[in-house]
Amino acid sequence: MNQPNAFSTAIELIVSGNPALGAIVMLSLQVTLSAVLIASLIGLPAGAALALGRFRGRSALIVISNALMGLPPVVAGLVVYLALSRSGPLGFLGLLFTPGAMIVAQTILILPIVISLTRQTVEDLWAEYAEQLRSLGSSRLRAIPTLLWDGRFSLITALLAGFGRASAEVGAVLIVGGNIAGYTRTMTTAIALETSKGDLALALGLGIVLIAITLLLNTGAFVAGRLAQRAAG
Amino acid sequence: MRILHSALIGAALCLSLSLGGTPAIAQEKVITVASTTSTEQSGLFGHILPMFKAKTGIDVRVIAQGTGQALDTGRRGDADVVFVHDPNSEKKFVAEGHGVERFEVMYNDFVVVGPKSDPAGVMGMKDIDAALKKIAAAKTPFASRGDDSGTHKAEQRLWKAAGVELKGAGDWYRETGSGMGPTLNTASAMNAYALTDRGTWLNFKNRGNLVIAVEGDAKLFNQYGVMLVNPAKHPHVKKELGQAFIDWLVSAEGQKAIADYKIDGEPLFFANAKKGQS
Repeated sequence: MNQPNAFSTAIELIVSGNPALGAIVMLSLQVTLSAVLIASLIGLPAGAALALGRFRGRSALIVISNALMGLPPVVAGLVVYLALSRSGPLGFLGLLFTPGAMIVAQTILILPIVISLTRQTVEDLWAEYAEQLRSLGSSRLRAIPTLLWDGRFSLITALLAGFGRASAEVGAVLIVGGNIAGYTRTMTTAIALETSKGDLALALGLGIVLIAITLLLNTGAFVAGRLAQRAAG
Repeated sequence: MRILHSALIGAALCLSLSLGGTPAIAQEKVITVASTTSTEQSGLFGHILPMFKAKTGIDVRVIAQGTGQALDTGRRGDADVVFVHDPNSEKKFVAEGHGVERFEVMYNDFVVVGPKSDPAGVMGMKDIDAALKKIAAAKTPFASRGDDSGTHKAEQRLWKAAGVELKGAGDWYRETGSGMGPTLNTASAMNAYALTDRGTWLNFKNRGNLVIAVEGDAKLFNQYGVMLVNPAKHPHVKKELGQAFIDWLVSAEGQKAIADYKIDGEPLFFANAKKGQS
């Protein structure tokens, strides 16, 4: 059977300004950016604390957060599904099969990445500036905001890595979101659906759109980072 | 700090938009229906749900799963209505008190698709028992759903009726463990036979060398049923809205909407709600 070309399908999708596609892209961005925001609010301070803190079980926590960077999305999805199901402990929230559930699942997926990469960055910075900071009378904990700020350009990379993982995954959002048309259908679940319908050209076309958006976002982050770096001297 | 600040504000805005949307939507007239991949992927819901919404203002959110998984979603209380196709499991679902009452809505039929070259020599056969025996005897590849779905269960019943023992059948019998579409993709790629519902087949675009090989046996009849999840077990179930959807499906209007859904002039589902069942 003749299949239309995926690239022309992708271009057609973008040019035609298909409102359904627009809604899917918006939802994908909303969910993923929310997850990145929550993960950074928790993960940046937690990663820095893990880098500078001296407490029992620190090594174990470092190993665990490193290992969880490889948490299979489908497992994260299953855990969130069982927790949010009406028969589960958090069922009363009624969050299952909503965008909120997808944000929870993606946050769990990217939190280990943000924590681990932040810990590494802050540890390196501390090794470099420890003496200087100590001579200024700063304690380890007090140094956290300074070091996070100093490492901001590397930390943006950590957040982009988190964004990449979240926007690319399909297993978790499919389970907890249910891929409901017009409500929890994201770019990746739409691609999975079109693939299973055998419409491979449309699936690949959507894939190209997704890659283009990711590329655009990363370019934006790169340019903003360069400008800020120049302004900071 | 200014950049970080504005980035945070932007992200917070995003978050409040996405989270703030949820409670508002919960107040609207919305029900969640756990259904099967065959109804969703055949395009039936895309055809009938806008009509239902126009009439009642109720938004129907469909989660497309296999019949086994859809019933489990209902059992856990994560859907208001279950709309599936495996009468035996449906009756069990109601008997165990998970569903209120079962209504028959429509049927379609299963067909066996296979490669044009027809290595098992079953093309054009009507007798499904004989056809399956020939496929098993020829040991030509057969792609099975293997996912506890309604189609998978029907397929297993058909093998049993044909007297073919699948345990230790050998590598010609391949379980894909996935939905109807992915299984057809697999069958198309390895020139295997497969059992599929006609609706998904008509809507499937990546056919490769596959064509319909066996059709028309009464044993290939595929009945769909719909049930309200029991509000006595799950108090949050939207009883009125869910029942309104069921009532509409079996009403003259809903039945006509189902019967009117066609692809290339071919109807996909045959409405057969019993009179007086509601």
